[in-house]
Amino acid sequence: MRLPPLALARIIGLPVCFLTWGVLHQPRPSFIIRIPTFPRMPPLLFYLLAAITLGFGLMVITARNPVTSALSLASCFVGLAALFVSLDAYFIGTIQILVYAGAVMVLFLFIIMLLDIKAEEGKQPNLAAIVSGVVVAVLLVTQIMTVVGHTKLAEQTPQNTPLVLNKETTFEIAKFGGPALPTITKDIEAGTLPDAKLIGFTLFNQYGFHIQVVGLLLLVGTVGVVVLSKREKTPGGAA
Amino acid sequence: MITLGHYLVVSGMLFALGLAGVIARRNILIIYMCLEMMLSAANLALVGFSRFHLVNGLPDYTAQSLVFFTITVAAAEVAVGLAIIVALFRSKQSVETEVITKLQG
Repeated sequence: MRLPPLALARIIGLPVCFLTWGVLHQPRPSFIIRIPTFPRMPPLLFYLLAAITLGFGLMVITARNPVTSALSLASCFVGLAALFVSLDAYFIGTIQILVYAGAVMVLFLFIIMLLDIKAEEGKQPNLAAIVSGVVVAVLLVTQIMTVVGHTKLAEQTPQNTPLVLNKETTFEIAKFGGPALPTITKDIEAGTLPDAKLIGFTLFNQYGFHIQVVGLLLLVGTVGVVVLSKREKTPGGAA
Repeated sequence: MITLGHYLVVSGMLFALGLAGVIARRNILIIYMCLEMMLSAANLALVGFSRFHLVNGLPDYTAQSLVFFTITVAAAEVAVGLAIIVALFRSKQSVETEVITKLQG
């Protein structure tokens, strides 16, 4: 008897979250200047997270049952969010979990449940499509690896590009865009990275108009969904 | 030692997986999931570049703002796309791409 996918996702996902959080947030002695990069992030952890992301990603495209695909995608996104956190992008990692693993996956599961989609039993997979998909994917990965291997930029590590968090940084921010907010200033002087605050600062200082456009897009999307899912009044009409 | 290249290769492999899924699968729902995977792979590359391109000693938050917008647009796209899939299922009673041949002439 195989383990049901939901249980599998829970068994693997939760420990991964806690493990990542625990390893990345080891308590440090207070007399050492706290720099929130991860010089001690073990390479093994990166490979584990990459394996989770890519392994579940592979399960998404190989599973016969759509429910398995959806739950694998959720696990894939949890691994991806952990990779974001390892890149000092706490806020992006959080909204990755909230929006993708939370909202979007629930939407997918609702649709699968509502439409009552069965697994593709007994259907022959389209061999030509599979071969062409694999060939295109392999070509793309080869190309990307070649380009990355020949780029000087790709050799940067968190060690040779550390974040600078001290009073000079605060001054630079004040010069850069608008008045420095005291809440950001205090955090940086204390040696922590105020990630969400800095994203909010950037968004509302430089991209205020874009935020409104995105808000309008969400409104249009909502109206469009309502219109699309309304049934036609005419009997027998092609809804 | 983990470099930016490692993150870029993981991002590229995730994108390639999504692309292979879009080409090879016939279920529209799974094609949509693969689209989401490709968008997230692009986000990983953006966040990687953001971390390693320091502006005044801080990560480049322009890239992370772009990721924020990408996630928002992807969420809206999923909502509309799933509504289209529901409408399609109502008229065709299937979510396979092979039954949609109306434009084939």
